[in-house]
Amino acid sequence: MRLRRAWRLASVLGPLVLLGAGSQAVSRQPDAAVDQAAPTPPATRNPAATAGYDPVSRGRYLTIAGNCAGCHMSPSGQPFAGGSPLRTPFGVVLSANITSAVMRDWSQGQFYRALHEGVGGGGSHLYPAFPYPYYTRITRADSDAILAYLQTVPPVYNRFDRNKLKFPLNNRGLMAFWNALFLKKGEFRPDPNRSAEWNRGAYLVEGLAHCGACHTPKNLLGADRRSAPLQGGVLDDWLAPDLTSNNRIGLGRWSTDEIVEYLKTGRNARASASGAMGEVIASTSQLTDADARAMAVYLKSRAASPEAAPRPPPAEQVRAGEAIFVDECAGCHRMDGSAEPRMFSPLRENAAVQQRDPTTLIRIVLNGSRAPATDARPTPTAMPAFGWKLNDREVAAVITYVRNSWGNAAPAVRPRQVAKIREDTSPSAWPLLKAQR
Amino acid sequence: MPPRKLPAVDAVMVGFGWTAAIMGLTLTDAGLKVLALERGDWRDTATDFATTFDQDELRYYWRHELFERLSRETLTIRNNPSQTALPMRHLGSFLPGVGVGGAGVHWNGQVWRFLPSDLKARSHNIQRYGRAAVPADMTIQDYPVSYEELEPYYDEFEYLCGISGKAGNLNGKILPGGNPFEGPRAREYPNPPLEMSYPPKLFGEAAASLGLHPFPHPAANMSRAYTNPLGVQLGQCSYCGFCEKYACGNYSKASPQTTVLPVLMRRPNFTLRTGSEVLKVNLDSSGKRATGVTYVNARGEEFEQPAELVILSAFILHNVRLLLLSGIGQPYDPVSGKGQVGRNYAYQITSSVNVFYDDKILNPFIGAGALGMIVDDFNGDNFDHSGKGFIGGGFVGVVQTGARPIETHPTPTGTPAWGSAWKKAFARDYLKTLSIATHGAVMSHRTNYLDLDPTYKDVFGRPLLRMTFDFTDNEHRMSNFLTDRAAEVARAMQPREISVNYRKGSWDVVPYQTTHNTGGAVMSADPGSGVVNRYLQSWNVPNLFVLGSGAFPQNAGYNPTGTVAALTYWSAKAIRERYLASPGPLA
Repeated sequence: MRLRRAWRLASVLGPLVLLGAGSQAVSRQPDAAVDQAAPTPPATRNPAATAGYDPVSRGRYLTIAGNCAGCHMSPSGQPFAGGSPLRTPFGVVLSANITSAVMRDWSQGQFYRALHEGVGGGGSHLYPAFPYPYYTRITRADSDAILAYLQTVPPVYNRFDRNKLKFPLNNRGLMAFWNALFLKKGEFRPDPNRSAEWNRGAYLVEGLAHCGACHTPKNLLGADRRSAPLQGGVLDDWLAPDLTSNNRIGLGRWSTDEIVEYLKTGRNARASASGAMGEVIASTSQLTDADARAMAVYLKSRAASPEAAPRPPPAEQVRAGEAIFVDECAGCHRMDGSAEPRMFSPLRENAAVQQRDPTTLIRIVLNGSRAPATDARPTPTAMPAFGWKLNDREVAAVITYVRNSWGNAAPAVRPRQVAKIREDTSPSAWPLLKAQR
Repeated sequence: MPPRKLPAVDAVMVGFGWTAAIMGLTLTDAGLKVLALERGDWRDTATDFATTFDQDELRYYWRHELFERLSRETLTIRNNPSQTALPMRHLGSFLPGVGVGGAGVHWNGQVWRFLPSDLKARSHNIQRYGRAAVPADMTIQDYPVSYEELEPYYDEFEYLCGISGKAGNLNGKILPGGNPFEGPRAREYPNPPLEMSYPPKLFGEAAASLGLHPFPHPAANMSRAYTNPLGVQLGQCSYCGFCEKYACGNYSKASPQTTVLPVLMRRPNFTLRTGSEVLKVNLDSSGKRATGVTYVNARGEEFEQPAELVILSAFILHNVRLLLLSGIGQPYDPVSGKGQVGRNYAYQITSSVNVFYDDKILNPFIGAGALGMIVDDFNGDNFDHSGKGFIGGGFVGVVQTGARPIETHPTPTGTPAWGSAWKKAFARDYLKTLSIATHGAVMSHRTNYLDLDPTYKDVFGRPLLRMTFDFTDNEHRMSNFLTDRAAEVARAMQPREISVNYRKGSWDVVPYQTTHNTGGAVMSADPGSGVVNRYLQSWNVPNLFVLGSGAFPQNAGYNPTGTVAALTYWSAKAIRERYLASPGPLA
């Protein structure tokens, strides 16, 4: 079990780094530039204005669409300087410095091979924490543009030992076997029977934006389960929800416009982004309207995941949960779960609330959550932590109530599920904090 | 060790509450590199006053979590110049805030515009009642700005905050349900009034039966969810009753945090430095130009922060003290009447009438900071003062801010203050009692002023501010008049009994009244009668602006924040459109 989890972790570098940040959000003020100038946005304020011009501007936009800065931001906030740790039980892997200090020495061919085959500049294998199983779909032209942009990023000189994995996983050669099993190399091939918009969306979702890195469940060795694409995955105690057209737990009820609004602002009438997705919104909010819409169109075209009616929860637990909800939650979320759309997340008919796996809900109730701030929605509304106030039984009860009220339906939550996440996400369980120092 | 000199900025702001938030918006919009220095901490809704603990009466009110720490710095107090002032060792009458957002975090959210005549207090009263209406020692003067000039800025603040209210005078047309005495407003409030609870309703009905004109209190508590013109969002108020002296965990009360900071903090040309206490404003050798400020950080290290523009945006008492400590302007001398800095300190005078029912359950624990019904019939010059022996007035009303359990134990006059009889009365009356409040103006007076204390010093060795203040006959007569009017309404409410609490004797620093301290850095039409000009620009040092209620020549019968904010917008616009183009005196 530990091994499986570790590989899942290592297989998606992006979210992990983000998760660390997300889970501390409520105590760390990520939106406030206290005691320092607000970090100058990495020349990405309005990429739409320049997307499609010269390769450098286009490359800059593509790094946003790919959320490269999400992982390659240094712990002190220098864009692309790397060194951000991801936590695995085997040790810590640090993201690479991809400023011009390093990338100026890379050829276009080397860079394309890294994206395409997961092989680094020196010829050694990269860990699939770098999402090359998705980046393999990136076109050569886009690859060249991204490199052209990275070669203009002001150089940051830093030195750190990226690979802190222990034997035998510190042997990058092992990745050749993993690739042979799971890597399906090849650029994206447009479907001539579909619109250009759909194909653009597919290219982004399945390639550059690597949505499946989190949203597709993984097999024992940390590779995508190809039978269940975008049907929701759990990573480091966050659940990335189902993105299929399932009405209850997927995007079935969402209109194309609502998906666009969510990607561009982090909120819509149905939900607010939280956790790792909050950080992803920093990228998607800068997509052109056309690209955001293309992703929405592609997602809406996908078939619904199989539906299994959940077993009704114990009535006694629901009753106990309702009492807690009235006392602790109704002030913002309202008695009927309608909340304040785009401000406080509605709970009624919210797909994220009804996922089979309650991991994210438990985590948010225990530790709180902060909505991403965007230019369109600058208020970083946050839900406070309740972990110090409610015990495992109470957390399980209130979540079970929310998951089974106002038309919602989802399996009951057990106190031991809460206990596990409480333990996993407590600060003492964060070796990466030590590793950072 | 000499202070370390830091890279220059275009503008440095001292203190980071409402006025700095508003000024910071305008100056960053104009492209300036702006630095705010705040001596307190960063504070944020979900981290520092989350709904899971923000209604902790012991922590926030009784232990002063959000208020200034008097162990670091206080002021000395006396009632008149013949006394020796002593340090205030415990907060009482007023409760200044500390940290980001300032007192804008723990205010009630009562947002008023001054009456047009309030801004012309001297000339208006002399014109209507003759010279004798303003005694020689009553040093009131006209504001050098008119209501018509401020109207757009009142409006801008009301829309920034999402004020819940009902217009009474829309472009000169008197509307039913609003305040018929208010100055004309260009448009309706952005949000409808709060849902009125039972006690204010009872007051409103009784007041109307007496021919008065009740209307809902304008409230910075949201009657519905609101997105302000900056795109910042507020949620609907839950009427929890913890505004006054508390921060809002529900994003339902306008504060710098809930209206401005999400946008301002994202601007790359804005910087906030917390834990940074400004020691003085630095001047060049001519004394006519500010070169920046000197501040000390939380480690005790001193820094010199050069700036082209210096904005004093701290609480009034600190702005005035910084002027005195920096040697800007001439300190006021009450004997000779010469000097301007510290002159015309004023305050507020309040009283109440408690109303006890037997047959009505009032649920007083419901509340919001400005959830109330008000009559303005006795404010300013809304009534004939002939023969009354005072000028000015105040509003009267029931504002149900929430009967928090430790603080609220109303009992009728004659009830013992402890023991079983007290407990019995408390248990009988808690749910069946309401209080009518009066909120009166304070005119400025020759012997009410601020200066530096000759004896007491703060942790940095700087003299403390000394406050010399007392109510005069004008305030007592006016407040007694208001209290009598409140009692008339109380009787019309047909309760079991009432108790009338006049404000008697000298001003006392102990019981809480309001944090509506004003004056000391008065705005004036000419350099000889104030510290700043009509744009809040220092008469002596043109690249220094002094914001806040210190600019009030005297106080009106309203809460000051609306006018403080309007004056800030007004000043910011003048800086942006005129000063930046051609730095120098604006008036």
